[in-house]
Amino acid sequence: MTRRTWLRTGLAGALALGLTWSSGTARVETRQQTSATAPATRRIISLVPAVTEMLFAIGAGDAVIGVSSYDHYPPAVETRTRVGALVDPDFERILSLKPDLVIVYGTQNDLVARLGRASLPVFNYEHAGLADITETIRKLGDRIGRSAEARREADRIENGLADFRRRAAGRPRPRTALIFERDAGSLRGMFASAGIGFLHDMLDVAGGTDAFGDVQRQSLQLSVEALLARAPDVILELRPDEGWSAARLEKERAVWNTLASVPAIRNGQLHIIADQRVLVPGPRVVEGVGLMFAALHK
Amino acid sequence: MTATPLKRGLPVVALGGVTLVIVTLGAPFIGSTGLHLARVFTRAVPFADNVDAQIFFLARLPRALAAALVGCALSAAGVVFQGLLRNPLATPYTLGVSAGAALGAMVAITFGAAWPVGGVATASLAGALLAVLVVYALASARHRGLSTTVLLLAGVTLNAFFSALILFVQYVSNFADTYRALRWLMGDLDVASYLPIFAALPFIVVAFVAFAWLARPLNLLSLGAEAAGTRGVNVVLVQRVAFFSASIATGAAVSVGGPIGFVGIIVPHLTRLVVGADHRLVLPASALFGGAFLVACDALARTAFAPLELPVGIVTALIGGPFFLWLLLRRR
Repeated sequence: MTRRTWLRTGLAGALALGLTWSSGTARVETRQQTSATAPATRRIISLVPAVTEMLFAIGAGDAVIGVSSYDHYPPAVETRTRVGALVDPDFERILSLKPDLVIVYGTQNDLVARLGRASLPVFNYEHAGLADITETIRKLGDRIGRSAEARREADRIENGLADFRRRAAGRPRPRTALIFERDAGSLRGMFASAGIGFLHDMLDVAGGTDAFGDVQRQSLQLSVEALLARAPDVILELRPDEGWSAARLEKERAVWNTLASVPAIRNGQLHIIADQRVLVPGPRVVEGVGLMFAALHK
Repeated sequence: MTATPLKRGLPVVALGGVTLVIVTLGAPFIGSTGLHLARVFTRAVPFADNVDAQIFFLARLPRALAAALVGCALSAAGVVFQGLLRNPLATPYTLGVSAGAALGAMVAITFGAAWPVGGVATASLAGALLAVLVVYALASARHRGLSTTVLLLAGVTLNAFFSALILFVQYVSNFADTYRALRWLMGDLDVASYLPIFAALPFIVVAFVAFAWLARPLNLLSLGAEAAGTRGVNVVLVQRVAFFSASIATGAAVSVGGPIGFVGIIVPHLTRLVVGADHRLVLPASALFGGAFLVACDALARTAFAPLELPVGIVTALIGGPFFLWLLLRRR
C-alpha cells in the first residue's frame, strides 16, 4: 500500500471515527485528576490523529513518541513509532515505548482496561461538535502541563471561527448538502452529514444551512430521492483525497449532472473539496471552514 | 389426469404476474416525499427543471424496477438451487456466489479510487463469476457431472475462504470504506440510474431462458439422479445448466442490489405451499411473487424511517425470518 493510500486511509478513518463510531455526545475526559499544575508529560502515545495534531499545535510534538497507523500530519509524525489504530492497537508496542500518557478513542474499552491493568494513564477522546475541539485542546493542555500554550491555541481557533461567523453574517445562507462518501463514478453509497457533529458545525460557521440539519444524527445514508426532494442550493462534496487530477475531478463532477433539477447542479454550485482540512476535527479546522466559506460565497 | 394440478396452478402464476406488475408500477407513487402527479407527467416543464418528475423517474422507478428484477432472479435461482442440490435449505448464496460478489464489491469500495476497477457493480459481478468457476472446477474435477455433495462442500468452503479474504480487505481499508462495505452487505436498491439494471438484464434473461428449459428435468431430478437418468434425463447436462444459470442470475442480482437475504428461500417455499412441487409452476410463480415481494420490502425500507433509509436486507430478514420459522413449525 502506497503512502498516499495510507494518507487517504488515515484521514477517512479519522472522519469515520467521528461520524460512525461516536454517539454524538461530547465525551472528553481524563482518567486522572486534571490539574493545571500537572507535571509535564514527556512520553505520549496518540491513537487519534486529530489529537496528535492538537499535541503538535500546542508545542508538545517532541513528547509524542507513538502515533496511530492513520496519522500523517504534521509531517513529523512519519518519524514516530506506529502503534496500530482503533481496532488493532498494538498493546505490546505501546507498553514497550513506556508512555506516561496514552490517548485513546472513546470506544476502545478493551484497550483502556488493559492500559488500566498496566497502570498507564489514559486520555479518553471522542469526536463531537466544533466546540469540543477547543475544549479538548484546553483539557489536553491542562493534562500534559501546557495549559498556557493550549489556551493560546484554543483562543486562536475560536477567534478564527468567530471571524468567519462575522464574515458570514448578513450574507445569504444557502441550503447545503455536505456529502462525504460516494461510490466513485456513480451516485450510489452516498453519505451526508446531518444535524450533529463537527461537519455540521463547520458548515454553520461558514455560513451555510445544513440541508439535513433536522436529522439528529451525525450522518445519514443519502438516497437519490432524499437529495432531489431536499433540493439543496449548494452541494459540498468533501473528499480526503488530495491532488486529484483535473480529469478525475471533471469525471466525478459529471456524475452529478443527471440530477439537473437540484438547484446546486443547475446553478453550478457543486463544489468538490478534496482536502484533509475539512475532515479532521483538529487545529486546522479554521482552514477547513475557510475552504467551505470560499465555496459557499463565491 | 396429470395435467390437472398444472392447470390448477396456472391462475396462481397469472396472479403472480398481475401482482408484480401492479406492485412495481404502484411503488413509484409511494415515497417519503409528496409528489404532484400532474407535475410528474406534465410536458409543460422541461424534465431537467421538474423535481417531481426527477424523483419519480430518476429515484423511484429505477428502484422499483431494480427490486423487481433482483427479486425475480433471486427467487427463481433459489428454486433451481433447491432442486439441483435436492436440499430445501439451499439458497442462491449457498454455493459461494454471493461471497465472491461481496469480495469483488469490497475490493472496488476499498481500492476503487486508486484502481480503475469499473465500479462496485462490475467488480461484484466479476467476483461472482470467479466464485462460480472455482466451485464448478472443484465439483467437477473428479466426477463426471457434478456431485451435489462435493458441490455443497466446495461452496461452503469457498464461502468461508472468501469471507476471510473479505475480512482481510476490510482490515486494510479505512473506516469509512469499511462502513460503506458493511452497508453494501445489507443490500441497497437505490441504483440511482437505469444503467445497473440494463447491465444485469442480459445475464438474467439468459438465466431465465435456461430456467424455462430446466423446469421439467428438475421435476425428474427430484426423484434422484439415477431415477431421472433411467427416465431419459441427461443428468450431467441438467446439473451443469442449473448450476451455471442459477449462479449467473444470482451474481447479476447481487451486483445490482447487494446480497439481499431471505428472498431466495422464503419465496420458493411459500410458493410451493400454494402450487405444489411442480417446477413448471414453482419457477414462474416464485419469480413473479419474489419480484413483487422485494419491491414491497424496498418501498417499506425507503419510507418507514424517511429521510433515513432502512437497508432492504433488514426488511426482508425481519419479515422473512419469523415467517420461515412459522412455516417450519407448522409443517411439523
